[in-house]
Amino acid sequence: MLNKLTFANLAHRPVRTILSILAIAVEVTMILTLVGVSNGTLHESARRARGTGADILVRPPGSSALSSLSSAPMSDKLPAILAAEPHITLATGTMVQPLELFDTITGLDMDQFATMSGGFRFLKGGLPVLDTDMIVDEPYAREKHLQVGSTLTLITHEWHISGIYEPGKLARICVKLSALQRFTGNPGRLSQVYLKVDDPSHAQAIVDALRAKYPGYQIYTLEYFTSLLSVNSLGLLRNFTYVVIGIAMIVGFIVVFMAMYTAVLERTREIGILKAVGSSSSLILNMLLRETLLLAVIGTVVGILLTYGTQWLMLHVVPNSLTQETVYAWWPIAGAIAIAGAMIGAIIPGIKAVQQDATEALSYE
Amino acid sequence: MSETSIIEVRDLTKTYRVGDVDVEALRGVNLDVTPGEFIAVVGSSGSGKSTLFNILGGLTPPTGGSVHINGKDLSHMSNAERTNLRKDTVGFVFQKYNLLPTLSAEDNIRIVRYIAGHATDFDPHFKEILSLLGIEDRLKHKPRALSGGQQQRVAIARALVNGPAILLADEPTGNLDSKNSTAVLNLLRDLNQRLGQTILMITHDEQAAAFAHRKVHMHDGQLI
Ligand SMILES: Nc1ncnc2c1ncn2[C@@H]1O[C@H](COP(=O)(O)OP(=O)(O)OP(=O)(O)O)[C@@H](O)[C@H]1O
Ligand SMILES: [Mg+2]
Repeated sequence: MLNKLTFANLAHRPVRTILSILAIAVEVTMILTLVGVSNGTLHESARRARGTGADILVRPPGSSALSSLSSAPMSDKLPAILAAEPHITLATGTMVQPLELFDTITGLDMDQFATMSGGFRFLKGGLPVLDTDMIVDEPYAREKHLQVGSTLTLITHEWHISGIYEPGKLARICVKLSALQRFTGNPGRLSQVYLKVDDPSHAQAIVDALRAKYPGYQIYTLEYFTSLLSVNSLGLLRNFTYVVIGIAMIVGFIVVFMAMYTAVLERTREIGILKAVGSSSSLILNMLLRETLLLAVIGTVVGILLTYGTQWLMLHVVPNSLTQETVYAWWPIAGAIAIAGAMIGAIIPGIKAVQQDATEALSYE
Repeated sequence: MSETSIIEVRDLTKTYRVGDVDVEALRGVNLDVTPGEFIAVVGSSGSGKSTLFNILGGLTPPTGGSVHINGKDLSHMSNAERTNLRKDTVGFVFQKYNLLPTLSAEDNIRIVRYIAGHATDFDPHFKEILSLLGIEDRLKHKPRALSGGQQQRVAIARALVNGPAILLADEPTGNLDSKNSTAVLNLLRDLNQRLGQTILMITHDEQAAAFAHRKVHMHDGQLI
């Protein structure tokens, strides 16, 4: 019976109901999209790192595992020294030049990288020949409308696209190492060094040995490095996620507060009637909370569906941007956040409803 | 308290405080109503009729004196106890029908059974009341689709569905034209005569009061 009244009340004000549901849905989508993009992008990075075929990663002293490499502090003599260490079969250095946003240009020794990773799989064109040649992965080419032979200006240089390769290999934009070193004024400098070992199952032991010998250098197994690429181990991203969740929750709270507050005001008389026929305070509260819960649950479902919409948009409208994954584990979390925000929003209107004097409510116009 | 009274009011006072001013709405009311009686309280506007109605129905606590309904003392009841009183002991009919606009007539009645904690289907006795009220074929409609007279009859059905000891009606015909007023008053009289329903009706209309067994006059917060 109470459910019937709840449905009847929601159906009575369809616009308010739909707006409340939409607001909660947007709240849920905000959270799920953020989490999906964080996870998707990190997993994509991990996939690319694995695509290098390397077993060990060496980064300069003083850097943290995941800080972006804005400088190239290591000498390019290092790979040769490292290659001479026991069990190491191959060492190749790369240089990373950040671009705007999340993009970077990576300079690498094409021959060494090919030996290590098995080489790029080109969909069109092939390896850079000239210093001004550049290769990009397919999603980047698609988004920027690049063809083999196109020119592109990055870091104030004009590049010619010589090849377009399948994604998942180290980086999205690659040029010859020497060219990038020269153009950025870092001749002979490297950002990181990738090592391949004879027996990958002993990678950790080799890392330990290298760390002892080269103190200060950040040396990891690639396995460990990719495991770091998760939301939880990235403090910055984690805090950002919390901030967005907080904002989303506040928005949901305000909307539900407004919706339920106007509902209580508008139903002053009806609440008076319910009290006159013997409704207890808890019944009145129960009624309002049920209504809120229903809004929040429907809003959550709509929000989850909307997330598929944002995923589709990301994929089709801006393919190169961020990769969004569907993170099922966050469905209940986002739902719980939305429901909690909504319930908190219903508390004050609920108290107002309970405290209304029945006789005054009945004479309310 | 006398064994025979279903309503027993002694020296009842009610004072409202409006700002710094005390408004004495009831100033020593005494009243006895026996079971099965149909009594009308008549008085001019502002004489305190609705205040008495609200106190008898447990909507407002009294300031002084004693009130017993069906043997229960209202003067010392807590809010929750008065809420319980409204579930089963008294039924209300208001001037402005006061049906829930989002529910059908039938559900307006059922929800009162639900609130009182009873099964929501109608027993044969109540079906008889429905047929007496002549609203069986209008039950699926929302209040908006009903005439004032029909709405008031639904409200009467709602007031009776839990079998209250007394039916309180405050200006039940105040919003109705004379034809519908007469119909509703006749119904109240029928309910009283056929089913023995105790009714206390408030009105400022002497003609309406004539349908009752007994009339008491309220003047300036006192019954005379
Ligand atoms: N909630 C209240 N707060 C303050 N004063 C009130 C309140 N309710 C009633 N009064 C005052 O108490 C007195 C009696 O009011 P009441 O409503 O009982 O009169 P009434 O006989 O029902 O009048 P009417 O025929 O107009 O309905 C009036 O002076 C009124 O202003
Ligand atoms: Mg009145």
